[in-house]
Amino acid sequence: MEFFVAQILTGLANASSLFLVACGLSLIFGVTRIVNFAHGSLYMIGAYVGYSLIQVLPGVVGFWGAILLAGIVVGIIGVLIEMLVLRPVYKAPELFQLVATFGVILVIQDLALIIWGPEDLLGPRSPGLRGVVRIMGEPIPKYDLALLVITPFVALSLWYLMTKTRLGVLVRAATQDREMVGALGVNQAWLFTGVFGLGAALAGLGGALQLPKGGADLLMDFNILTPVFVVVVIGGMGSLPGAYLAAIIISVLNVFGVTYVPQSTLVLMFIVMIVVLMVRPYGLFGREEVAGEHGQVGEPERPIKPASNKARMIVGAGLFLLALLPIFGSSFSLVLATDVLIFCLFAASLHFLLGTGGLVSFGHAAYYGGGAYVAALLVTHANTPMELAFLLAPLGAGLAALAIGWVCLRLTGVYFAMLTLAFAQLIWSLVFQWGDVTGGDDGLLNIWPAEWLKSTSTYFYFTLILAVSGIILLRHIAHSPFGYALRAARDSKRQAEAMGIDTARVQLFAFGFAGLMGGLAGALFVFAKGSVFPNELEIARSFDALIVVFLGGVKTLAGGVVGAGFFKGIEETLLRFEYWRLLMGLLIIFVVIAAPNGVVGSLRKGLERSGLIKAGDQ
Amino acid sequence: MLEVSKINSFYGKAHVLRDLSISVPKGQVVALLGRNGAGKSTTLKSVMQIVQTMSGEITFAGTKISGLMPHKIAKLGLGYVPEDRRIFTDLTVLENLIVGMQPPREGAATWTQDMLFDLFPNLAERRNNRGKALSGGEQQMLTIARTLMGNPSFVLFDEPSEGVAPVIVEQMAQVITQLKSEGLTILLSEQNLHFAKVVADRAVIIESGEQKFDGTLAELEAHPEVRDAYLAA
Amino acid sequence: MTVVLETQNLTKRFEAIVAVDDVSLQLHKGELLALIGPNGAGKSTCFNMLMGQLKPTSGSVLLEGQNITGLKPREVWRQGVGRTFQITATYTSMTVIENVQMALLSHHRQVFSILPYATRKYRTEALNLLEMVNMADQADRHCATLAYGDLKRMELAIALAHDPKVLLMDEPTAGMAPKERVALMQLTADIVRDRGVSVLFTEHDMDVVFAHSHRIIVLNRGELITEGTAEEIRNNPTVQEVYLGGGTVFGSEEGAEHA
Repeated sequence: MEFFVAQILTGLANASSLFLVACGLSLIFGVTRIVNFAHGSLYMIGAYVGYSLIQVLPGVVGFWGAILLAGIVVGIIGVLIEMLVLRPVYKAPELFQLVATFGVILVIQDLALIIWGPEDLLGPRSPGLRGVVRIMGEPIPKYDLALLVITPFVALSLWYLMTKTRLGVLVRAATQDREMVGALGVNQAWLFTGVFGLGAALAGLGGALQLPKGGADLLMDFNILTPVFVVVVIGGMGSLPGAYLAAIIISVLNVFGVTYVPQSTLVLMFIVMIVVLMVRPYGLFGREEVAGEHGQVGEPERPIKPASNKARMIVGAGLFLLALLPIFGSSFSLVLATDVLIFCLFAASLHFLLGTGGLVSFGHAAYYGGGAYVAALLVTHANTPMELAFLLAPLGAGLAALAIGWVCLRLTGVYFAMLTLAFAQLIWSLVFQWGDVTGGDDGLLNIWPAEWLKSTSTYFYFTLILAVSGIILLRHIAHSPFGYALRAARDSKRQAEAMGIDTARVQLFAFGFAGLMGGLAGALFVFAKGSVFPNELEIARSFDALIVVFLGGVKTLAGGVVGAGFFKGIEETLLRFEYWRLLMGLLIIFVVIAAPNGVVGSLRKGLERSGLIKAGDQ
Repeated sequence: MLEVSKINSFYGKAHVLRDLSISVPKGQVVALLGRNGAGKSTTLKSVMQIVQTMSGEITFAGTKISGLMPHKIAKLGLGYVPEDRRIFTDLTVLENLIVGMQPPREGAATWTQDMLFDLFPNLAERRNNRGKALSGGEQQMLTIARTLMGNPSFVLFDEPSEGVAPVIVEQMAQVITQLKSEGLTILLSEQNLHFAKVVADRAVIIESGEQKFDGTLAELEAHPEVRDAYLAA
Repeated sequence: MTVVLETQNLTKRFEAIVAVDDVSLQLHKGELLALIGPNGAGKSTCFNMLMGQLKPTSGSVLLEGQNITGLKPREVWRQGVGRTFQITATYTSMTVIENVQMALLSHHRQVFSILPYATRKYRTEALNLLEMVNMADQADRHCATLAYGDLKRMELAIALAHDPKVLLMDEPTAGMAPKERVALMQLTADIVRDRGVSVLFTEHDMDVVFAHSHRIIVLNRGELITEGTAEEIRNNPTVQEVYLGGGTVFGSEEGAEHA
């Protein structure tokens, strides 16, 4: 019993930062409809800024003052991000803003590295709250008790702000119908900025508050992101009480998990999330998201056409040149080209889902990394020959996608996206924590191709053939009756169902097929590198693909491949610089603002405007 | 007071308003009539700049408002009562009114919550109920009350009689007549000619986004062929 | 006369409210049957039950004597019931002919085929359907750029793609200009005559209803109150009272124009 109470108290204390970050994210989403992926970064800055301020400010007052100040500083940074990066892209197609926030993540990562260096910073103890208190005989850190008081206090203040002040009323009104709020004389732009600033400040506060428990390091941004998304989704996007309750559930569960099932703490969180969403598809306190409810339906996509003969000849000539690479290129360029080709296939498979299917998956790395792991596990544990592994890896990934898709496709919009992310993270944590089989963090090594593919140039040709065939197949299917049915389900589910199309099944098959092609890319990857680590399953990998698809252009068939080729090429080049993330992040933000239709889409619009191509041509 | 001159508006690629001009003098009630899809709602939304106008100009009390943000236009004293009510259903009646609150304005009546509850007694009883608990008629009243909280000198009403019970329609007519007597200028869109006859001084008929008639209701009465050609059966 | 579609004691309750109350109606072969009534009379609920969007609380729907109650919309469609929507539902990213081809692909059970190019399948059949609604000249236009009336005609072509026995049209002329209304209903009447389709439609424009329907059914508060020819309905005192009105008070005028 004593132990039990102590566990719960620890869980509640841990819920503190999680709640602060989650309710900031929830607030921002509620009003702006932006899923702010950079929220973890704001939390990280909060920790670093807090750390620096504590070094300067002395004593108890200094400590708490520094934490408060850290929140304010991050709030100001949030305001700047909103004004400089997000304001220009509010009118861009839905979810495009996501990519901008991802650019922000990269920029902040490098800025933190430049300012605070690569070493983990040990969190300063809180003056006056060192040591423990015994409650029912169990030791509880005094700082935990302080957090136990602070969190409800912050939650109550927020509740007061949201329910009892005009500002709060305006925010809640804007969550429901921001256009109407504008028509009633409220300046939405400042409301957005204010909410973003407040959300950022809460994240910063969360980061600074956890300093004595966890310190500051450069991995904090992604590490908090997953539990925060889980909390926000379980609680219901946009709901503060939901975020509070969910933060407590997840934290307490985590503490018990560490004690009783230490091997599966991460997995536990996702299982809870999946169970909650199966029972309550919009979270504990969430509202149903109706597509287009907030007036964000973009311009309809153009009709597609099979490539013209001219286009085919140009692509053919390009491929021919690429095939000559082993003759005149260096071995470095061969490795680079192989990587880019694999990534193009990966991105094209996601583009099929996103563009043709209208199904925004945040967790496509599950199938890419999944394919890689299936191949690696088969080789490591069953001595499977490479050729067979190449067959089974995509199949395994495809089957996983079918199973996961079957669950996720019950939801739509942001909730669908979040659930795909959760499943991807579930697979990641399985691989990460099940070290006996998967090697855990150490990965699986010595997965080399068969003798006949040993040389870099043969493997390059092998990749070229498989990747290009895969991309052509994806493209062809987009033009086939199945691809049309998939677009029909995306454009008007109502009409599609009313003309006999089983849209659920069409979308499920598409999800499985995209997973299969992602798995093929993963298999190509693992044999090219000879090893695989859990980071191929990470959120970051899913985002890599998302970003290039968005930047390339969701609404153009070529968008995925062109985006992948273009950005992977740039990234590989930038990698030589120490601060490549900064450059890449700035580039992403620039493209988002300058080319809101994606590179291919904006290029096409530009050409149409200048009269170089006819409007309506692909 | 409101001058709409030769505006063109688009919904996506559809050309909804074509060189449309309307003028509303101070203190008058003008009814904008026409069938479903004729462009009535788009006209009102264009005035608020919720739908952006591609060409033409709109001025309000001498200030050019085309190109401004909707909240700036509202701040100039132009109130908007949307067609589909669009009250904040998760907020209480009182909170809905708080959203609409604006400082007093010179040359316009200043409304308080109590005055509005006198005007709409039903709402007074339900002040702490959430919007979604209200009946259709009560929601319609709340929409009007919310707009009046901004102390407008001019109100755009989009189909105030649409989809509410006849008794409420009569109440709406009374409210609009009372507001007019207090000096409010009004442009309302309507399909119900009888409703328009009771409240309006002048009628403008549009069809496919073009103006087809502009005159007093007596003049419209004298031209039944106009009514038959452009209004609902 | 042969009954093609009928409902038997169809009832739908939403908690305490009875939206459709014990409605039995018959649609005869080759008939244009109008379903009218004030707002909230249960027309849409009735329609949605016929199409499978809603499951009735009790009662049944029979198509040529076969019970189709509770089937999903896509299964009802397979049985030979087509529909058009009050708010147009089209595939905005496709051309006009591709919209129609999609219906043909589904009809020929080609939805899961991945080998051929979709645009090359059933093009002639699709053109014939578009010809029927006078849209052939716009076949290759992007449907997002169509005028509203043309969109409605395209929807009609889509609904005819599987050669339905019954066509359900939900407020087919809502939002159209007077001339377009007449043209669309004339077109529908021609199709009914030429192809032997039976049409059930809801409508609030009484001009359309009185000019084009063979028979009219009136719903009020979920109950079927009467049925008959245009003349009978126009002169029925009960219908005048609850729906058509005498033009003396707002209420009846209101009802007549907004049902």
